[in-house]
Amino acid sequence: MLELHDVTKRYGDRLALDGVSFTVGDGRLTGFVGGNGAGKTTTMRIILGVLASDGGAVTLGGTPLTDADRRRFGYMPEERGLYPKMRLLEQTVYLARLHGWTPAAARRNALELLERLGLGERTNDTIESLSLGNQQRAQIAAALVHRPEVLVLDEPFSGLDPMAVETVQSVLADVAASGAPVLFSSHQLDIVERLCDDLVIIAGGRIRAAGSGDALRAEHRTERWELLMTGDAGWLRQSPGIRVDEFDGGWAVFEAESDAARQAVLADAVARGEVVTFTREHTTLAQIFKEVVR
Amino acid sequence: MSGYDTRASRATQPAGRDRTAPRFIDSVALIAGREITMRFRSKAFLISTGVLMLAVLASVVLGSIFGAQESTAKVAVVAGASAVVDGNDALEAVAASDQDEAERMLRDGEVEAIVAPAASDPLGITVIGLDSPPTSVVRALSVQPTVELLDPAATDPGLAYLVAFGFGLVFFMSALTFGTTISQSVVEEKQTRVVEILLSTVSARALLTGKVIGNSVMAFAQIIAIAVLATLGLILTGQRVLIGGLGASVVWFIIFFAIGFVMLAALFAATSAMVSRAEDIGSVTTPVTMLVMIPYFLVIFFNDNPTVLAIMSYVPFSAPVGMPMRVFLGDAQWWEPVLSLVILLATTALAVWIGERIYRNSLLKTGGRVRLAEALQG
Repeated sequence: MLELHDVTKRYGDRLALDGVSFTVGDGRLTGFVGGNGAGKTTTMRIILGVLASDGGAVTLGGTPLTDADRRRFGYMPEERGLYPKMRLLEQTVYLARLHGWTPAAARRNALELLERLGLGERTNDTIESLSLGNQQRAQIAAALVHRPEVLVLDEPFSGLDPMAVETVQSVLADVAASGAPVLFSSHQLDIVERLCDDLVIIAGGRIRAAGSGDALRAEHRTERWELLMTGDAGWLRQSPGIRVDEFDGGWAVFEAESDAARQAVLADAVARGEVVTFTREHTTLAQIFKEVVR
Repeated sequence: MSGYDTRASRATQPAGRDRTAPRFIDSVALIAGREITMRFRSKAFLISTGVLMLAVLASVVLGSIFGAQESTAKVAVVAGASAVVDGNDALEAVAASDQDEAERMLRDGEVEAIVAPAASDPLGITVIGLDSPPTSVVRALSVQPTVELLDPAATDPGLAYLVAFGFGLVFFMSALTFGTTISQSVVEEKQTRVVEILLSTVSARALLTGKVIGNSVMAFAQIIAIAVLATLGLILTGQRVLIGGLGASVVWFIIFFAIGFVMLAALFAATSAMVSRAEDIGSVTTPVTMLVMIPYFLVIFFNDNPTVLAIMSYVPFSAPVGMPMRVFLGDAQWWEPVLSLVILLATTALAVWIGERIYRNSLLKTGGRVRLAEALQG
């Protein structure tokens, strides 16, 4: 379990991180969400020891992180880059060896991973000769080739084509399934929502919300209900104690004054046609995000 | 990734067969190894090294050709005059049966002159040339008085100049070539952003040490290759004389160079880390480049000035050129190179310490140029 305790970072007069604390559980895919300049990259750099914090601590399994621990982390920085003139396999093997793998094992890992990422045909190409999409995959290979026990990825999905997004998602899910804590940031809230077990929302250097996706959704659920039925749902506007927010043919989102008013709507709908959906509106991450960041 | 086998908790388990906890020295070796491999893959490097080697070889061979022209002259000796030519090292006698045959040989260019008996001459011989007086032959046959110098120079000033020029040029060229290489390698990592992955894996110190060692090994190998090539060339062309006098000073030069280069390499790496684009390397490394150039010019202009040389031989930046020069001239006491070496070692340690600080604090600051005060402070 990776934990941040009250981590602070100051750039000159600006407080970039203000008492940041959160937990990335073992085997949990944790999404790290925040606007530009919210402090995501700074936090990740501090976890990796690339940047020193001005206060607070990062612990793994309850004890402060050492450089030796960090050797077993996988990291994908926001600023992408590999050696342009090195060949793909050579580059991947080199990074694995820097993490302490023997040459033979490093090569085995690299070949297996590149194959999985769809780069099996490209192992002898230089990085600079790869297409942009393949360079992104190479970057993911660089973060995973040493079989990290903790994974920290800064915007791993940015710049990926849909195929690659799929591949990377399954790779991340596998790593988490093996019991590793996985933290990744993303602007693409839909991906985060679909993929993550846990969420951490940061704004202005402060953690605004953290916890499992289900818990956050429950906490921020709205009192809006959604109806989808065959036929037209226009009658809803005339129902007592109901305010319609959104409407389109047989679909509507509404707020009810009371539970009784809501139940009346359902009974009415069943009488008028076939009800496809009648449910509390699904709270999206985007909604939660907007709410907590405000 | 079937069988993705990892333990999520603390990494305390003993390393398996496939992976070990890398020590500092392992990381440094890997980084240095990469520097060397990539250098050998660079066409620019291979070509420039080839050109440099050819230049060294050419200068040795040309030297021997020009040298050889003065040494012996072929002369045709007409019967009766052989006593004069025999035993003369500067002349190679070719026997001619009579005057006509000798003249034919001269006209064909087989010999430079004819030595013929002449009863009327006080010396008993005539030297015959083709279209101009054969001065080298005449000089070889002349009697010269003994020359004594009241205050002889220890070393031929011409030779001293050549040696000074040689030390200066080799140091200057190698330091600049490999210093620039280090700069490019540092900025490349910054510019391509790969440095952040590296720093999450190894310490800035390991990265810097690996780079400095990798490039120092290359520079050193180049110096040794030049030395071996030049020595072989000198031996093969029979110019042994020059080597004997150079021995000790060359050994000192190599020792001083090895340490002095590490110092310069650390400074090149540190200053280049302050910029993010290859185009900016020139401006930011100028002060270090000056430190390399100044000794080169000083030793060329002042190789006959003992005071300047003495100062140069103790200032760390010029000691790699100045001290071997003084050893060559025989001006240095036995302890002087040792003392100078200690000063150089101390300065190198300081340069590496400061260099590491600047390097570490500048690596992740991309965009503009990092100010020196900021880089030192962190």
